[in-house]
Amino acid sequence: MANSILKVRALKKYFPVRSGFFSKPVAWVKAVDGVTLEMEQGEVLGLVGESGCGKTTLVNVLLKLEEPTSGEVFFDGLDLFNMDKKSLRKIRKNIQIVFQDPFWSLNPRLLIRDIVGEPIKVHTNCGGEELATKVGDLMEMVGLPRNGVYKYPHEFSGGERQRIAIARALALSPKLVVLDEPTSSIDVLSQAQILELLRDLKERLGLTYILISHDLSVVNYMADRIAVMYLGKIVEYGPAEDVFGQTAHPYTKALFAAIPTLDTEGIDSITTIEGNVPSAINPPSGCRFHTRCPMAKDICKEKEPGMVDCDEGHIAACHFIKQKPGG
Amino acid sequence: MSGYFEVKNLKVDFKTFEGQKNVLDIDSLALDKGETFGIVGESGAGKTVLALTILLLLSAPPAVIRSGSINLDGENLLQKTEKEMQKIRGRNISMIFQDPMSTLNPVFTVGEQIIRVFKNNKRITRKDAQKEALRMIETVKLPDAANIMAKYPHELSGGQRQRIVIAIALSCGSEFLIADEPTRNLDVTIQAGILKLVAELQKELGVTVLFIANNLGLVSAICSRVAILHEGRIVETGKVKEVLKDPRHPYTLTLLNAIPRDKGEKVNLDNIVFKDSENANEKGCRYYYRCPEKKDLCRDTEPVCRLIAGTHTVACHMAFKGGEAGGKQHTEG
Repeated sequence: MANSILKVRALKKYFPVRSGFFSKPVAWVKAVDGVTLEMEQGEVLGLVGESGCGKTTLVNVLLKLEEPTSGEVFFDGLDLFNMDKKSLRKIRKNIQIVFQDPFWSLNPRLLIRDIVGEPIKVHTNCGGEELATKVGDLMEMVGLPRNGVYKYPHEFSGGERQRIAIARALALSPKLVVLDEPTSSIDVLSQAQILELLRDLKERLGLTYILISHDLSVVNYMADRIAVMYLGKIVEYGPAEDVFGQTAHPYTKALFAAIPTLDTEGIDSITTIEGNVPSAINPPSGCRFHTRCPMAKDICKEKEPGMVDCDEGHIAACHFIKQKPGG
Repeated sequence: MSGYFEVKNLKVDFKTFEGQKNVLDIDSLALDKGETFGIVGESGAGKTVLALTILLLLSAPPAVIRSGSINLDGENLLQKTEKEMQKIRGRNISMIFQDPMSTLNPVFTVGEQIIRVFKNNKRITRKDAQKEALRMIETVKLPDAANIMAKYPHELSGGQRQRIVIAIALSCGSEFLIADEPTRNLDVTIQAGILKLVAELQKELGVTVLFIANNLGLVSAICSRVAILHEGRIVETGKVKEVLKDPRHPYTLTLLNAIPRDKGEKVNLDNIVFKDSENANEKGCRYYYRCPEKKDLCRDTEPVCRLIAGTHTVACHMAFKGGEAGGKQHTEG
């Protein structure tokens, strides 16, 4: 792809399980197990999956907040994993993150001025008057009053705090913004507002988003492309319309069936997959989803399915997917 | 209406430095035995205050219950003493709180926590309490109950924890259950499981459920009737189908439009004016400053709940103009 901004190749992150402090690891938690992705400038990638499937770990490794076990990540053509600290720091300017819970991600003892201004202070020589104007501009950009900068986080509501977190993430005009469940802890009205704001900012500033969410209606609303994760692996990946319209993988189907919508009539029309995500220390043999899959056959227990092309750019890992004719 | 549970003319105020502010003003709310009733509103609408008032758990001060009655099976809860209430809580009414991460005590095993509920409420030996606890864990459909009993809350997942909380709430046979956003912060798959569980228990045990949510989608899945709460007042109520098919109050419409649907479709935010504490309209309709349809009438006189059709009532002056709804007709997506 011509203007690809992020390239991830066979990324793995295993966490050791030790029985004692100095002992050798007895097992490995395979949190991210071979993820390959590519993102273009200006697109929104929706990352979907249950809790514990490795979404957040994947992002942490992408930002190099965690050391990867193996694999490669290229941001803007630069190899993030073979880089000295100084240049990594420069690149960090271009990748910012908005965390899940705005009640924990803002320091309660700092003024909004300092919270939003901190990244600017760290990365540029800006200060004094100039910094104050910049912070004011950022506040306006996310739809908050300029004089709000002299308040503390507790004086704002959940939705407003999330706006502050967005303002902080945008302070250095990044290229890529990671949104880790940005609306999961605020109510529907604030959620609508935040989504609208994010979309508007993306258009205006030409941002690229990675949107993590387990709420498929949010992902459907925002994303251009969707990656569905299960136990550290991507099981379905493709353009949003295809993943929604011609859902291929049974896990994705199950996720869709579990959402109650306004058209839902009665509890029986919601179906859910039984049980929890299996342990990532000992993932099931063969297809990792076979323990919960309604379609599972013997082959699923033995052989791990590879990625199959369902359509242009739409791939899924399941034995029962019919390949696109001629594809 | 059998009038199993009835709230009448309830007014709750909070005392603040800026004076006394009304947070709950409910003319009437009635639940039939065995039904699931939804309460929907944005944060700050007074949903949780309502739940806490029913259980008399509000701390006073700052809260002042000015007037009203809450009747459960013919008994007025507001006239009970604290001692009497302690007996009612857990035995007659129980509550599932919002956050399963913080409602369980982290230093005791979950089994111990259920056993204590039994020990507190019944004359029962520890052995019997243990058996009962095991039975409760099976009731909420957790596999491997004996193993779960011995676990601490941090060893369980969010969905498992919420199931334990439900087990505790139902363990003393209470027939009225208040569920305060029980699926907040849970995954969609886990959420579906919890919703199903609540619906099944409601059928099997015949409990009456007051289900609090901020998302109309959830309510449409499990409730038979719904009330929309705005700034402490019920602005629209009726059967879920009636309200969702033909929302008459502009606030209900706003809540419906706020749910993201398709990518091409913009969330309709044009009509949404967000809450602003400086613009509170004390005299007339509380939605006045946020309403796209406002008229002078709305500023000065408070709209009362009026019947539209069947059981569907709306508190809006504009809901009747030529039979048209206050806002645009909501179209099913």
